[in-house]
Amino acid sequence: MDSSGLGVRRAAGFVAPALLLIGVFLVFPALWTLYIGITNYQLTGPAAANPQVVGLDNLAEAVRDPLFTNSLWLTALFVLFSAVIGQNVLGFVLAWLLRSVSPWLRRTTEGLVLLCWILPSTVVAFLWFAVLSRDTGTLGLLLGQPETSWLVQYPMTSLVIFNVWRGTAFSMLLYTSALAAVPPSQLETARLAGASGWQTVRDVVFPHIRGHVLTNTLLISLWTANDFTPFLLTSGGPNHQSEVLPVLIYRQALEGGRLGYASAMSMLLLVGNLVIALVYLRLLRRRA
Amino acid sequence: MSPLWIVRRIGFYVLIAVVLAFFAVPMLWLASAPFDSKPGLGLRWPDWTWRNVVATFDHPYALTSLVNSLVLCAIATVVTTVLAALAAYALSRVRIPGRDLLLYLLLLLSSVVTGTAAMVPIFVMMLQLGLIDSQFGTALVIAGGMLPAAIFILKDFVDAVPRSYEESARVFGASPPQVLAHVVLPVARPGVATIFVWAFVNAWGNFLLPFLLLRDVGRQPAAVLLRTLYDEGGSANLTVIPVFSLLYSIPVVVLYVFVSKRYGFRFHGGIKS
Repeated sequence: MDSSGLGVRRAAGFVAPALLLIGVFLVFPALWTLYIGITNYQLTGPAAANPQVVGLDNLAEAVRDPLFTNSLWLTALFVLFSAVIGQNVLGFVLAWLLRSVSPWLRRTTEGLVLLCWILPSTVVAFLWFAVLSRDTGTLGLLLGQPETSWLVQYPMTSLVIFNVWRGTAFSMLLYTSALAAVPPSQLETARLAGASGWQTVRDVVFPHIRGHVLTNTLLISLWTANDFTPFLLTSGGPNHQSEVLPVLIYRQALEGGRLGYASAMSMLLLVGNLVIALVYLRLLRRRA
Repeated sequence: MSPLWIVRRIGFYVLIAVVLAFFAVPMLWLASAPFDSKPGLGLRWPDWTWRNVVATFDHPYALTSLVNSLVLCAIATVVTTVLAALAAYALSRVRIPGRDLLLYLLLLLSSVVTGTAAMVPIFVMMLQLGLIDSQFGTALVIAGGMLPAAIFILKDFVDAVPRSYEESARVFGASPPQVLAHVVLPVARPGVATIFVWAFVNAWGNFLLPFLLLRDVGRQPAAVLLRTLYDEGGSANLTVIPVFSLLYSIPVVVLYVFVSKRYGFRFHGGIKS
């Protein structure tokens, strides 16, 4: 069994450095969030030196805080429209359409979409800031509405479209590899039976790639819910209209100095993430 | 070729053209504005000049920040790749009860915790350890966030290396570290390369952690400096930003071209569930 001759002790030695880093910089902060979240810890002032445990007051305050409920709602919209619908559907459509085009066109399209995904987030944020800006922005020029300041007038819509642009590559890659696993003979049968494109997708393709759809939806939902890039585009503004949870947490913690309160909101974000993951696991098990 | 067929073909290519335009248009600016004598926010055919490039090289922090990015990224990438290789090998070869569950939990945690959800404790911890403004410390935090996924992906590759290779190496008296370095890793090279490139691209683009943890502008990486350039004083510095964005993007694009030429940009096994 142990062909490498490692032995348990040496194996533990091989794993230890990685576990140490993960423990210190990932597991410990996650647990500490829970503790800071029940204190009134502040960045400056008297509560910075001697934070008091305030129990669940922070959570109670968050639930009543209009800024928090607003942010929760915006985050849900952001995840639903940009990830669950936007990236999922566009990624699948791209993977589906690109099967039947020339290799050259296929490579070009895939390359472009991938580039949007791997460029540094500060760069793409500025690119979109330029596209959406007033007076000389490319979108305003294209639509003949140079007076519109898109990020100010339609902040959430802009963020949703930006995130579809940014993240579709992952879904496209995943669905491309998923579609390769659908037996060609079944597609051929569907074609001979006169099924339309939509019928083929629904009745032949979808049953094969259901697991992929679930995995993909889970991952892109989690990534989108925790994405900090909206901060680079709108900083949550104007007037909190695009303040998704990560941005709200940052502003409360580092700009407002309320570390305890911000941690309590982090805790709620963590719980939200956990709920998404559990729902996914349930769905996956039902399939099996 | 019925008329319906022709209409559908045309519709098909129009759809592809629209999608292409959607993805391409925002990026075209990166090609035109750096070399335009009067760079604006809108897209236009440039009035060619090198002046912006010269201005960017003269900027007091532009080159420093690129070097900082390189340092930060090199530490984070090397730490991630080396530790993930060691851990993936041991986890692949030695049975530990609950191993798969543990890996899965860590993976879930890393996709949830990195950055946003744990930014307060990470900031407070580094503040109390006196590691604010430490590039090494920041690199380790970034590496810690990337390790679970790196181990997870790399383990798949190491699992695929035939055990018989290791047995023969051991017959000839190779020690376990030698087996790993001279037999397993060379065979699993595509996996190691994947992790290396993935970690590099991630660390190179990471904004939140350096933004939180590196407050001294002389130590900040390009991601943070770029943000400062377009955020300070209301109006963006359009002489420096375009060239700087381009310079900052080049390593990622080069790596991407290298990977897609060498290995093809495809998902490997293990993604299914």
